[in-house]
Amino acid sequence: MGHGGGGAMSAELVDHIFAPAFGGEVLAQLGDAAAVTLGGTRLAFSTDSYVVRPLFFPGGSIGDLAVNGTVNDLAMSGARAAYLSCAFILEEGVEMPVLARVAEAIGAAARAAGVEVATGDTKVVESGHGDGIYVNTAGIGLIPAGVDLRPQRVVPGDVVIVSGAIGAHGVAVMSVREGLEFEAEIESDSAPLGGLVAAMLAVTPDLHVLRDPTRGGLAASLNEIAAAARVGVVVRERAVPVPPAVANACSVLGLDPMYVANEGKLVAFVPPEHADAVLAAMRAHPLGAGAVVIGEAVADHPGTVVARTGLGGTRVVDLPVGEQLPRIC
Amino acid sequence: MRVATRAAAGPPRRSRVTVRGVVQGVGFRPYVHALATGLGLAGHVTNTPDGVVAEVEGGAEAVAAFCARIGPGAPPLAWVESVDHQTLAVTGGSGFAIVASRTEGQVRTLVPPDTATCADCLAELADPGDRRHRHPFISCTNCGPRLTIVTGLPYDRAHTTMAGFPMCGACAGEYADPADRRFHAQPIACHACGPRLRLLVPDGARPDGARVDGDRPEGSRVDSARPDGARPGGTYSGRTAPGGDPIGAARALLAAGGVVAVKGLGGYHLACDADNADAVALLRRRKARGDKPFAVMVRDLPAVERLARTCPQERALLTGPVRPVVLLRGRRRALGGAVAPGAPDIGVMLPYTPVHHLLLGLPGDPPGPSVLVMTSGNVSGEPIVTDDGEALEKLAPLADALLVHDRPIRVPCDDSVVRVLDGSVSMVRRSRGYAPLPVALPVEVRPALAVGGDLKNTFCLGEGRRGWLSAHIGDMDAPAAAAAFERAREQLSAVTAVRPEVLAADRHPRYRSAAWAQRDRGELPLVRVQHHHAHLAAAMAEHGLDGTRRVVGVAFDGTGYGDDGAVWGGEFLLGDYAGFTRFCRLAYVPLPGGDAAVRRPYRMALAHLWAAGIAWDPGLGPVAACPPDELRVLARQVERGLNCAPTSSMGRLFDAVSSLAGVCHLAGYEAQAAVELEAAALDAGGGTGPGYAFGLAPGADGDAELVAAPGPVLASVIADLRAGTGVRTVAARFHAAVADLVLRGCTAARERHGLETVALTGGVFGNALLSRLCADALRAAGFTVLVHRLVPPNDGGLALGQLMVAARRSDSG
Ligand SMILES: [Fe+3]
Ligand SMILES: [Mg+2]
Ligand SMILES: [Zn+2]
Ligand SMILES: [Zn+2]
Repeated sequence: MGHGGGGAMSAELVDHIFAPAFGGEVLAQLGDAAAVTLGGTRLAFSTDSYVVRPLFFPGGSIGDLAVNGTVNDLAMSGARAAYLSCAFILEEGVEMPVLARVAEAIGAAARAAGVEVATGDTKVVESGHGDGIYVNTAGIGLIPAGVDLRPQRVVPGDVVIVSGAIGAHGVAVMSVREGLEFEAEIESDSAPLGGLVAAMLAVTPDLHVLRDPTRGGLAASLNEIAAAARVGVVVRERAVPVPPAVANACSVLGLDPMYVANEGKLVAFVPPEHADAVLAAMRAHPLGAGAVVIGEAVADHPGTVVARTGLGGTRVVDLPVGEQLPRIC
Repeated sequence: MRVATRAAAGPPRRSRVTVRGVVQGVGFRPYVHALATGLGLAGHVTNTPDGVVAEVEGGAEAVAAFCARIGPGAPPLAWVESVDHQTLAVTGGSGFAIVASRTEGQVRTLVPPDTATCADCLAELADPGDRRHRHPFISCTNCGPRLTIVTGLPYDRAHTTMAGFPMCGACAGEYADPADRRFHAQPIACHACGPRLRLLVPDGARPDGARVDGDRPEGSRVDSARPDGARPGGTYSGRTAPGGDPIGAARALLAAGGVVAVKGLGGYHLACDADNADAVALLRRRKARGDKPFAVMVRDLPAVERLARTCPQERALLTGPVRPVVLLRGRRRALGGAVAPGAPDIGVMLPYTPVHHLLLGLPGDPPGPSVLVMTSGNVSGEPIVTDDGEALEKLAPLADALLVHDRPIRVPCDDSVVRVLDGSVSMVRRSRGYAPLPVALPVEVRPALAVGGDLKNTFCLGEGRRGWLSAHIGDMDAPAAAAAFERAREQLSAVTAVRPEVLAADRHPRYRSAAWAQRDRGELPLVRVQHHHAHLAAAMAEHGLDGTRRVVGVAFDGTGYGDDGAVWGGEFLLGDYAGFTRFCRLAYVPLPGGDAAVRRPYRMALAHLWAAGIAWDPGLGPVAACPPDELRVLARQVERGLNCAPTSSMGRLFDAVSSLAGVCHLAGYEAQAAVELEAAALDAGGGTGPGYAFGLAPGADGDAELVAAPGPVLASVIADLRAGTGVRTVAARFHAAVADLVLRGCTAARERHGLETVALTGGVFGNALLSRLCADALRAAGFTVLVHRLVPPNDGGLALGQLMVAARRSDSG
């Protein structure tokens, strides 16, 4: 479980097993999507597998995630997704109406995202060898000219913007999976971000980096960027938007919303001179209505993300490692 | 003392005497000069990197007398580690000289700790005829700042933060005069040449310190943060209070109920009048401090007696040269109960710098507060603030004025905290006045650096038979702690000249201290030491055990990363420096939501009840204290094991029982629930009858021979409460039950493994009542009991244990 958590352990797998084995310059960039040049055209190319349990949850399903997840990975390189592949691994005995609902969700999500499912595959494994339905999608899209989104471009002074309130997806999935009854039902924020990104790039192609804070949450995304860019990141804790219901659920469970997964949010590092205009463009888009500045990149403490607490205190926000063990003695 | 003539002292001899230890900057050479000339000896004395070296020549008996007396008669600040003699050829000559220092070669001398203003300086401070009358930086070879101003070695003025204050003629004369009390006193200063004191007030403040309370504070992650804390809204542009008397203005502000940030030896304090409940409440709100006890500084011993009864040993600690905060059993309602609400002890210290003496008032001064709250100037959890710019940024919002000076603080050094336990001094925080004196090690260690834990961090440099523990750094959570750690490590490395060959750190995967060691170790090996093994090794080391025999380590604390990935903290280990096995532990219960369970003891109580199979009856305190929505989710959470690490923590069991007994459901500061449970137990006095009994059964998982079940204890607590038994009695019976468990566990270890020595270690043994109950029971049963004295039982002592485990030379034991 820990190795899939999007934190230090999955980074370890990539660094120590996959990257050395595969080699290649493209993989070495280690972005959410690869930027490749084919026949003189710059393409974003990405794949992701979806093993979420349960298959349906408030605000979405594995089908929505399979489309939006890959669409968003492409969007983080600035690309509008053009074509998707979609592969199913089905466990023997999975009910057809369930599969049909997932397929419909995929179709609807693809239409909403303006992407076409162009190819696919289906395999069936023996009963007990799968979890009902696994989905893999891959996608390609064009990267607009002049757009170069990489953490290495981040410099001290960059403004950190999130597109809206965080934490809903992870809490929504957990509440159904674990049978937790919170005061208010929390819905996943699953959404395709290609349009929002296009609106941001329309202001200026000179955004430095975008990330969708999925597994490991905002904390993981900020840590990855800080490490790759060799800058420090300072976040004003009180500026990070968390819906009250999510904050309440996290408090009750002892979770930090900064570590909870999102499926329809992005975090952007923007040169300060463009920050206001980009923020305004985001707020004008339905998926960026709640966009806010949460902090900035700094020259101090490179590689480290620091949260400034309400009372003038500061704490290090580290990369999530396995379970969140307390350190208090 | 004085020997009459040289003729009476036998045939001539010449000896070279080398004294190692803390022998520089403490008046050692004038002392040697006086001793030698008093004995009629000729020769010279000099500071070398190896220590103080004296060559003396004269009658054999006089030389022998010199050698015999040089160590025992050393000046108050000296700490003599060794005295070596070497016979030389007689050269003749007369007179005794102090010759210039030699600085070449490897540095082996030690830097003294910071020391409280001595009686001689205090007399001059109060003497209108003295040229240092009321000088806020008066000091001499017997007192004043040391560690906190040292920037390098050799220890002389150029290598201190006094380098920027050229001596005036009068001071230079004293500095050069071997007969003067300030001969080579590096911090020497006077009104003419010394640092300046200033009182900074916010722009727009009235000179009397009155101001308009401004905005509400920003919110906080601390559960106990209160929404109504008013903070001063002023900005500081470095404006000095008018009138030219910063001390007088600061005293007036304090008397009017204001909060003043005071720059001291090892960092800033926040001060207010402890007798003024409104002022204390204001500081508490501004610091978002919850009910955490404040330390107070009291003018003199008679004023201490108003707050607490003291024994002679406590009085000696209070008035001695270290001047730590001494935890005293407070009188009920002392200071209106505002300073240390709910806590059994009150932390008291006497003034230790001239500024403190002036702030509390010299004889004849206008009346002012005689008891000041003196709490570390920091944002909760961060290291003490030492930098003036940082003080303006971080402390100005908390204070009505800043009493500052222009002598830089090189490294942070918080106040030490001690208590008297069973007639001995026991460390709670080993810092100012102790650091950087080394701890003598029972066996040789390789040059090594142990980075300690993540909370109450101290680190330890070791080499040979010495372990240098750093001053208290703080919680590594704050980025400022990393910088403070790095600064302190550089300085201690410089003054000890230890070049580590191995590093040691905790095994916790999320400890920043360990990540730091991992990142900075270069080619050096890094040994990861299990948390409770380090606690045990620290106890063994300070008691001089060479590690050839295993001992029983009762390691009780809040949290330590266990080798099975669980959160340990209620362990009986059988071990030595080389390794350990787990003999007995508390049964695992879920720790629901990590830190959330720690901050909300009612969650811990509910988890313990769930694990014991006891229903969540709405009549039970923690059930009532838990909001219904949280209760519903928590039930699923513990059933599903969702974000629930298994824990055997004794600290968490104290939290659970504290909540179950209705003493404390929410912890606003570390260990609040346990501290208040101890206070309740102390209030019960004697005659509480039998304690409760833990279940004790063979371990089923193979990770421990015995497992202790708290279930029967919890059931007894509930039965007592339902029968109307008082909370204090319940608290006392619980303490007795834990002591009984310790005795039973150790007795079983003795029967099965023949071990007779028990070390009581871990933060839970900061509970003086529990420590005494356990030690008494074990001693009565014939055990040898090791209780921490030199280093704290909590994580402040961890680095010493890590050092012993990682760097002990196996061939030297
Ligand atoms: Fe500990
Ligand atoms: Mg992805
Ligand atoms: Zn003095
Ligand atoms: Zn002078």
